[in-house]
Amino acid sequence: MPVTIEIPTAFRRFTDGAPKVNCSAATVAEALDALTKKFPELSRHVRDESGQIRQFLNIYLNEEDIRFLGGESCALREGDRVLLVPSIAGGSQCS
Amino acid sequence: MSDDSLYQLRCRECGKTWGNVPRSFCDDCFSPLEVAYDYDSLRKFARRENLAGRAFNMWRYSELLPLTDDFTAPTATGGTPLVRSRKLAAQWGLQNLYLKNDAVCFPSLSFKDRVVGTALAAARRFGFETVGCSSTGNLANAVAAQAAQQGFDACVFIPADLEPAKVLNTAVYGARIVRINGNYDHVNRLCAQIADRFQWGLVNVNLRPYYAEGSKTHGYEIAEQLGWKLPDNVVVPMAGGSLITKIAKAFKELVTLGWVEDKPVKFFGAQATGCSPISDGVKRNLARFQPQKPNTIARSLAIGNPADGPFAMKLIRESGGWAEDISDPGIVEAIKLLAETEGIFTETAGGVTAGVTKKLISQDRIKPDETTVVCITGNGLKTTDAIADEFRATEAIAPRLEAFEAYLDAQIGATTRAARA
Repeated sequence: MPVTIEIPTAFRRFTDGAPKVNCSAATVAEALDALTKKFPELSRHVRDESGQIRQFLNIYLNEEDIRFLGGESCALREGDRVLLVPSIAGGSQCS
Repeated sequence: MSDDSLYQLRCRECGKTWGNVPRSFCDDCFSPLEVAYDYDSLRKFARRENLAGRAFNMWRYSELLPLTDDFTAPTATGGTPLVRSRKLAAQWGLQNLYLKNDAVCFPSLSFKDRVVGTALAAARRFGFETVGCSSTGNLANAVAAQAAQQGFDACVFIPADLEPAKVLNTAVYGARIVRINGNYDHVNRLCAQIADRFQWGLVNVNLRPYYAEGSKTHGYEIAEQLGWKLPDNVVVPMAGGSLITKIAKAFKELVTLGWVEDKPVKFFGAQATGCSPISDGVKRNLARFQPQKPNTIARSLAIGNPADGPFAMKLIRESGGWAEDISDPGIVEAIKLLAETEGIFTETAGGVTAGVTKKLISQDRIKPDETTVVCITGNGLKTTDAIADEFRATEAIAPRLEAFEAYLDAQIGATTRAARA
């Protein structure tokens, strides 16, 4: 299934500057795998040590957060857009 | 703080430092950045005694905020009352209940005036001419008001279904308002992309670390108004989950600087049941919260994917506190209760906080002799729609004494009326 992954600026130094990456995938997980296979340096920025999608990275399939679609196993259709968007958080530590 | 070598952005996860720049997350690990201070240096000149001659508003704590040398306070933001409750405390069986009332925060009547204060200081420092935000309403009001006063162009992004009063309270300052077909989480996502594309100072996106620091002043004031003491419990409304963590940071800083004695403080988070990802996460002891689709009258708290949710959950757990949520009818009831007992008219978020406090007391999580502060963060005049059905207009009477007597008879009975005459 041909789909497009949209890359935020912060990640583009790992994608040779490309703002969009096209790939073929049946699920969001496959799309992320295709992306990190093509750009291996991106792997650790997308997934944490346990293989989960990083907590402060939100992934959308078209307009919807994939957590409302059953997570990364959700199926893709031709022409779908997968968006990687940083979760904007503040932080709280005093040290 | 006058010397910006004393603070800079630092990644919470990997510890990488970034200096002072308009960005909110670490390029290396994508984790959030926060303003980190050199407390050893700060301790030498940031003294409680310095506050003596200063006006009571948020800028009296300037040493503890990320400000530049040439900063001058633009508005008398903050400095809101800490009200010692009598009637509500008696009704709830508490001896030491306080209400921190940011419903009367200047200039736009919510605690968001504080965060916009520090965010616009950062916007000026970084040379932005246009500032903006994604907002559930209060933040848009605060950005629009302070941008107008300080000469920034303002462009705010809001969910299309926001309360009319909040839209009007933004439009009146001349801000550009972009209504988005979607909920706050959609608006926020769009703003993250806009900040990626445009050179704008979006206060809760690329200026977020500086913005969030303004929340600390709510906590500093609580401690100062308690006579430089920390409370036992704080009950805080949670939308994105930032405020509760910043009040904790404020308390911790005051301890670090020796301004207050250290003591355990329990942090309690309050949400509306119709949008309760953080309280749900705490109550079910989840490692990560589950995002929700908001459906509540408390639209100022309707963030289904709270960016600071992980930090809020961690804080609540580690402090020995708890999180609870309350239904929409419970919110309305609590708004009325606060107004009828304390004369404070709060918006739906305040109803959430008050209602949740009552729940926590009934669960015995808040004890009668403890000092408890309930954070009221917004003004009821902005969400009158939420309670309008509770109060129907009464029938008008003729301007004659007999008509008034007849009215009283109908209302309270002739016998009672005669007894009062």
